[in-house]
Amino acid sequence: MEVLLVLCVGALTAASVYLMLARSVLRFLFGLVLLSNAANLVILAAGRLTTVNPPLIPEGASAPAAAVANPLPQALILTAIVIGFGLFAFALTLVLRAQGALGTLDSDDMTLAEGRPVPTTEDGR
Amino acid sequence: MNSVILQAGARYLAALLLLFSIHMLLRGHNEPGGGFIGGLIGATGFVIYSLACGVGEARAALRVAPEAVAAIGLALALLAGLLPLFLGLPLFTGLWPFLGTGPDGGKGLPVSSVLLFDIGVYLVVLGSVLTLVLLLEDEGERND
Amino acid sequence: MSLILVLPVVVPLATAILCFALRTSRWGRWVSLGGTLLHAAAAFALVAIVSDGTVIAAQMGNWAAPFGITLVADALGAAMVAVTAVTAIATAVYALGDIDAERERLGYHALFQVLIAGVSGAFLTGDIFNLYVWFEVMLIASFGLMTLGARPEQIDGGIRYVTLNLVSTILFLMGVGLLYGMTGTLNMADLSIAVASLEARGPLSVVAVMFILAFGIKSAVFPLFFWLPASYHTPAFAVSALFAGLLTKVGVYALVRMFTLVFDLDTGFTHEILLWVALLTMLTGVLGAAAQSDFRKILSFHIVSQIGYMVLGLALFTPLAIAGAVFYILHHILVKANLFLVAGVAGRLCGSTELARMGGLYRSAPLLAALFLVPAFSLAGFPPLSGFWAKFLIVKASLDIHAWLAATVALVTGILTVFSMTKIWGAAFWTPHPEGLSPEPARLGAGARAALILPIAFLASLTLFIGLVPQPLLGFAEMAGAQLLDPADYIRAVLGDLP
Repeated sequence: MEVLLVLCVGALTAASVYLMLARSVLRFLFGLVLLSNAANLVILAAGRLTTVNPPLIPEGASAPAAAVANPLPQALILTAIVIGFGLFAFALTLVLRAQGALGTLDSDDMTLAEGRPVPTTEDGR
Repeated sequence: MNSVILQAGARYLAALLLLFSIHMLLRGHNEPGGGFIGGLIGATGFVIYSLACGVGEARAALRVAPEAVAAIGLALALLAGLLPLFLGLPLFTGLWPFLGTGPDGGKGLPVSSVLLFDIGVYLVVLGSVLTLVLLLEDEGERND
Repeated sequence: MSLILVLPVVVPLATAILCFALRTSRWGRWVSLGGTLLHAAAAFALVAIVSDGTVIAAQMGNWAAPFGITLVADALGAAMVAVTAVTAIATAVYALGDIDAERERLGYHALFQVLIAGVSGAFLTGDIFNLYVWFEVMLIASFGLMTLGARPEQIDGGIRYVTLNLVSTILFLMGVGLLYGMTGTLNMADLSIAVASLEARGPLSVVAVMFILAFGIKSAVFPLFFWLPASYHTPAFAVSALFAGLLTKVGVYALVRMFTLVFDLDTGFTHEILLWVALLTMLTGVLGAAAQSDFRKILSFHIVSQIGYMVLGLALFTPLAIAGAVFYILHHILVKANLFLVAGVAGRLCGSTELARMGGLYRSAPLLAALFLVPAFSLAGFPPLSGFWAKFLIVKASLDIHAWLAATVALVTGILTVFSMTKIWGAAFWTPHPEGLSPEPARLGAGARAALILPIAFLASLTLFIGLVPQPLLGFAEMAGAQLLDPADYIRAVLGDLP
C-alpha cells in the first residue's frame, strides 16, 4: 500500500513540475495544487498505513481497547488542505486580476515590476 | 445564467444545503462533519444561488458582507480559546458545561467551548470562501 | 506564566478583529496603534522574564507535551518578538501618514495586525507543524498587504511573491511530513531527542536539505532570492518597510531554530551547504544592488546580502558565531525597516523612488538626510553604529576558526555596501533634482510630516544607542547563542525533567 502511495506522490510531483515549468502563470498554479496534494499524501504515508480500528475511545474508557489507526496525519492533512485551499483561492483571484491589469499570463511578458513596460509587439523587448 | 429551472430550483437547493450544513456542523463532534465541512457546504448553497440569480441577489440574501461573517467567526473562535483563561486554565482548553440533565438522568445538553470554536470555524470558512468566490464572479460578470 | 506567552499572539489577533470592524472609521488606525503598544508591553515583559536565562513554556489546551501544541520563549524567541513589536510600532505610526483612506477601507490595519500575530506566533511556537500554520497566517496577511490597492506593478510583483512563497510552504510541509514519518513527533524539543537516537542519518540529511530549500526561499538566500527584489519595491512604503524588516527574518529564525535544535548532528554536511549559500548570498546580493537604480530595489538587494551574514553566523556554528547571528538579526530588522521608511519619505517628496528622478533632499530636508546616514552607515558596518558590532562579531567568529574566505567575503561585502549607500546619497540627497524640483517637506502637512519622521528618528536613535552601548544586547545575544547550542534548558522547559 505504501508503495502505491509513493508512486502516486512521484507521479503527482512529476506532473506538477511539468506544469510549473510552463510559462503560463495559470499552469504554474495548477502545478502548485498538484504539489500540495503530493505533500498531503507524503504526510499520510508518513503516519504509517494500517488496517486496524478507527481511533475512537469507547464511552467511559480512557484509552482505546485495541490497536487503532494514527489520527494525527489526518488532522495535519485537514489543516494543510484548509490552508492550501485558502491560499490557492487567493492566488487564483490574483491571477485573474493579473489578466485584467497586465493583459497577459505569460510570465515572460510580465515585466512591469522590473521597470520594463509590457512588450506589445513581437520584438517588444 | 438564465435557466428558469435553475432559478426556481436554486432557492430550494440553497435552503436545503444551508440546513444540511448546520446539520454537518452540529454532528461534527462525534461523527464525521464539523465546522470546516459545514462551512463549505453552506458556502456552496450561496454559490449556487449566486450562479442562478446573480451575485447581487446572493449578497442581498446573505445580508451581511461575507468579510464581516468571517471576522465574526474569527472573533467567536478566539473567544472560545480565551474563555478558559478566565478560569485559570491554559488557552484553548475545552470547557464542558452541561445544560440540565438527560432523559435517563445522565449528562444534559453539552454546550462546550469546543462547539463555540467550531461555529467560529463554520463562519470563517463560509465568510472567506464567499468573499473570494463572489469576488471572482464579480470579475467574471465585469468581463462579460 | 501561560498568559504572558499567549498575549503576543492573542493581542494582535483581537486587535485585527477590532480594526476590521472599524475599517471605515478613522478610529481604526488608533486602535491599531494601541494594539501594537499592548503587544510591545507583552513582548518586553517576556524579555524581562527570559533575560536571566530561563526558558518558559505553555501547553495549549492543557494537552501535555509532546502531544499538544507548545509555546516556548527562550532568549532568541522573546528577543525576536520584542524587536517585532518595535518595528510594528514604528510602521504603525508611519502608516498614520502613509496609508490612505482607501487602503484603510480595504482592511489595511486588520491585515497588518494579523501579520504581527503570525510573525509572533512563528517566533514563539515549539511545534513544527504549528510553525507551518503561523507561516501561512503570516503569508496570507502579507499577500493581502502586498496587493492592497491593486496597481498593475503590485499585481505583477505580487504574483512572483505569492507563487514562490507557495512553493516554499509546500516544501516545508513535505519536510514536516517526512520528519514526522521518521521520528513520530512534531514537538521541536521532542524532535531534538528523537533525531539523536535515529539510526538512519542519511534520510535525515535529505530532509534537512528540504528544510534548507523551504526556509531558503522564505529568507531569500542564493540562489532562491529572485522573488524578493522583484516584489518588495511595489507595495505601499509602510508595507515594504514591514516586510523588509520582518518577513525574511522569520525564515532566518526558522533556519537558526531548526539547524541548532534538530539538524545539528551532521553539521559537516548541512552547515557546509549553509556556509557556501551564505557566502554566495552576500556577494550576489551586494553585486545585484550595485546594478540597480531604484532606491527601494537597491535596498531589496541589500536585504539579500545581509541575510548572508546571518546564515554565515549559523553555518560557522561556534558560540560566538551564533551570538553574532542573533545580534545581526536583531540589529538588521531595525536598520532595514528604517531604511525603507526613509525611502518612503524620500519617494513621497521627490515623487519617485527612481534615483534618476530624485535629488536635492539634502538641501530641502536636512533632517531626513541626517537620519538616512545613521541606518545607511549601520548597514555598511561603520562604528559607532549597531552594524559595526554585528559585522565585528561575525568576522571575529570567522577569524577564530581560520575561515579566511568567509571573513574576506564579509569584509568585501561591507565595502560594496558603502558603495551602494553612497550611490543613494549622491543621487537622492546630494545632487540637485534633475527636473529642477525642490522636494520641500512642507508639502506634506505638519501631521503627516510628524508621523513619517518620528518612527525614523526613533529607529535611528535605537541603532545609535545599540552602537554606543552594545554591552546589554551583546550579553543577551551571547546568552541566546549559548542556549541555542546547548538546548538542554529548552528541552527541559518543554518536556519537563527527563529520566
